[in-house]
Amino acid sequence: MSDTVQVERQQKMDSREDTDFFGGTAQGVLSTAMDRPDGPQKVTGTATYADEDHPPGTVFGWLVRATVTRGFVTGLNTDELRAMPGVLLVLRDDRLLRNPAQGQAGRAPVQFKGEVAYKGQPIALVVAESFEQARHAGLAAKADYLDRGGKAVICPEDAEFETPKAKQSSMGDLDAAMTAAAHRLDGEWTTPSMSHVAMEPHSAVAWWEDGKLTVRASQQMLKHNVKELADSLGISPAMVRILAPFVGGGFGSKLGISHESVAAAIAARKLGRPVAVPLHRRQVCETTTRRSESRQRVRLCCDRDGVLTGVGHEVWVSNLPGETFSEPVTQSTPFTYRGENREIAHHVGRLNITCAGSMRAPGEAIGVPVTEAAIDELAEMAGIDPIEFRLRNIPEEDPSKEIPYSSNRLADCLRRGAELFGWSERKPAGTRREGEWLIGMGMATAVRVNMLQESEARVVLLPDGSARVETDMTDIGTGSYSILTQIAAEALGLPADRVTTVLGDSDLPPAAGSGGSFGAASSGSSVTLAAQAVREELAKRMGADPGELTLKDGHAIAGNTRRSLPDLLGGEAIEGKGTIKPGSNARSVRQASWGAQFAEVAVSAVTGEVQVRRMAAVFAAGRVLNPKTARSQCIGGMVFGIGSALTEESHYDRRDGSFVNRDLAEYKIPANLDVPKIEIEFLEDRDAWANPMQAKGIGEVAVCGTAGAILNAIANATGVRFRHLPVTLDKVIAALPRP
Amino acid sequence: MQLRLTVNGTEHALDLSDPRVTLLDLLRYRLGLTGTKKGCDHGQCGACTVLVNGRRMNSCLSLAAMHEGDEVTTVEGIGTPDNLAPMQEAFVRHDGFQCGYCTPGQIVSATAMLKELAAGWPSQVSGDLDAVALSDDEIRERMSGNLCRCAAYPNIVEAIREVAEQEGPA
Repeated sequence: MSDTVQVERQQKMDSREDTDFFGGTAQGVLSTAMDRPDGPQKVTGTATYADEDHPPGTVFGWLVRATVTRGFVTGLNTDELRAMPGVLLVLRDDRLLRNPAQGQAGRAPVQFKGEVAYKGQPIALVVAESFEQARHAGLAAKADYLDRGGKAVICPEDAEFETPKAKQSSMGDLDAAMTAAAHRLDGEWTTPSMSHVAMEPHSAVAWWEDGKLTVRASQQMLKHNVKELADSLGISPAMVRILAPFVGGGFGSKLGISHESVAAAIAARKLGRPVAVPLHRRQVCETTTRRSESRQRVRLCCDRDGVLTGVGHEVWVSNLPGETFSEPVTQSTPFTYRGENREIAHHVGRLNITCAGSMRAPGEAIGVPVTEAAIDELAEMAGIDPIEFRLRNIPEEDPSKEIPYSSNRLADCLRRGAELFGWSERKPAGTRREGEWLIGMGMATAVRVNMLQESEARVVLLPDGSARVETDMTDIGTGSYSILTQIAAEALGLPADRVTTVLGDSDLPPAAGSGGSFGAASSGSSVTLAAQAVREELAKRMGADPGELTLKDGHAIAGNTRRSLPDLLGGEAIEGKGTIKPGSNARSVRQASWGAQFAEVAVSAVTGEVQVRRMAAVFAAGRVLNPKTARSQCIGGMVFGIGSALTEESHYDRRDGSFVNRDLAEYKIPANLDVPKIEIEFLEDRDAWANPMQAKGIGEVAVCGTAGAILNAIANATGVRFRHLPVTLDKVIAALPRP
Repeated sequence: MQLRLTVNGTEHALDLSDPRVTLLDLLRYRLGLTGTKKGCDHGQCGACTVLVNGRRMNSCLSLAAMHEGDEVTTVEGIGTPDNLAPMQEAFVRHDGFQCGYCTPGQIVSATAMLKELAAGWPSQVSGDLDAVALSDDEIRERMSGNLCRCAAYPNIVEAIREVAEQEGPA
């Protein structure tokens, strides 16, 4: 084995990073539309997800679930189940989870301990030799309960609401501003409970070797997941390894550990055999997490010129008793538009239904469409074009915190978007018709807070001049394999095919994980720093300052000297460790990703069906690391928005909290034919406050405006403002005049 | 119970001990062919699409025991990382996937779908039942049984369209 020189670089974001490092590198691979390096594996079925690559002797577990809504489990027909063919174990254990861990919890969520808090909650695990035997036995399980279903609360209107002090804020006098204003709007909107439905169901395969647990799992944030799993089991995190080389989508549903990994781990320990627990789709819907429904009161007022004087946003959301997460619906309201008088209020009610958690752009995904619909309505009252109205209300700085924006190109997004989409063709509401179809155009601002989380990576420059990137970051479809490869290749002056990126193993340096749109920025920054540390060592060997070093195509160039990397390495490897840490920039400036979104819809005057005909969007989110994967992320976000605007709604039986549409036939996500042509553009943007790459999050901002643009387009088509999402056929047909 | 079937050109003679085994679980859990994915186990998502005697089918909705003598093609039989089929190459180039979990089903489905189109099978969006022609809407409609939550749909349509055009008029 060759010698390895170890170098290190850390950065904490406590100030602007004025050096645009990637503005000065020479390889030219970053920010190109490179194909995903993991693509060939994914298109051939050789990429392995959680419930795959089973160790020899793997047996199967099926979760038994509560048939009461609230109460205590007092017994189970264990002997009967044990006698069924192939059954190896009937596991009842207080350590099973009541619900999954919330994102970044880093400790066990509420555990079972015999108590049921919602219908469908896992209460036991049946393990058998084959999947079919486990399922059969699991479905034959019958529990005895102390049924307290009469005390369950299912509907938000019956809930008791808490009003956490830290989530309320007030400025000026909104009531007085509303009274004095030239135009005012005071309305109530609702958005439904929603399901993430990542295509890969939550699954875990667990096995023990020498007292150490390994779990193949479908998770987004391995460093937190290790701690959550260890804490749930009552063992040291040092004894837990999680493997997630490929994750079949997450959207927030796999941020924290869930039932399957804890159940599989306990069963594998008891049996001394590997145990796989793949959740059925219905189990995923019922027992993992959902996006909370919301009731939102929005108050807006403006003067004669359309300048906002007041903004109020009060929301009611829900979760299980004891959960600290509550959908931060108003997150971007305090800083998006002007208005010296402001009220933000947040209430959380306690319900006995599936746990609420983060789902793609928690907060803004349902808050921004509502405020954007309200803004649109107020603009119409004021007789001002919706884009012009927004342009008049972009503040100079964050009006609530009175701190500057790190970068805010909303105005440019709005103007460019209008051009790209052909906004000037928009007609007055309810005036454009093609046969049975009423046609309308709408737009909305897209905004999502930008974050950075601590992240660590290793970049090893090997003696042959190739490099390996190692971090426990995950790629949940976001493109981590692509962008981390490109970042390291760019920083080290290598063609991308000379860089191998290894992810999804918790034994590797701990990354931020995938969530909150901070994954690329955080893990990418750690790879940048690690590669910069390697560069410094190479510069030293070239007798040059790092700033004078050029790395390109596997060669180092400084002054009049050009040497190949293998020559410079002389048989050694250089291992760089990079660590990025969030600092005071998270508070001293307002960081957000911005965009403008546009939609054209056709609404059938006969059936009430809404078809999205085309969409366009312009985003400003710092440096774009790979325009191909970034575009895909934005398309994905906007299609998520189509679902939330038109079809997605989780229904709970009002009597007992049964999740009614708990599968992909009844919970309607957009299919191929529902999705039109979508044009995406990125503005050249740099955010020196965000991170050393000057990049920001894009995976979530794209979902934040879409439903608003669609709502506004429907209003333009029909002349009717729909305030209760999703805008399904029944609501439309009831509101339209009979044809 | 004995079961003989051919998967990706390889003949298998299996002792199928359990009639409840679906074709999907046979592939994934007994033959180790995990390229075919399980998204819903209910025929709702299309992730488990395979070809049976050349026609696409949701393998989760079909019992293995029903496939005596059948020829099954899974994504592994379409191409390999070192030897991608044109459809697989096009999906990579057009970024017709993100997380990749629905992708094998999309690719198998698209492969069969183009043959259905070429054979003149009409779809719900075909204007003229006797003159079915390739269009983006035909592709969208015929691929709507394959859900993709990452929503790579527009890129999937581009990839399929490119392959269809390379292969000549339908």
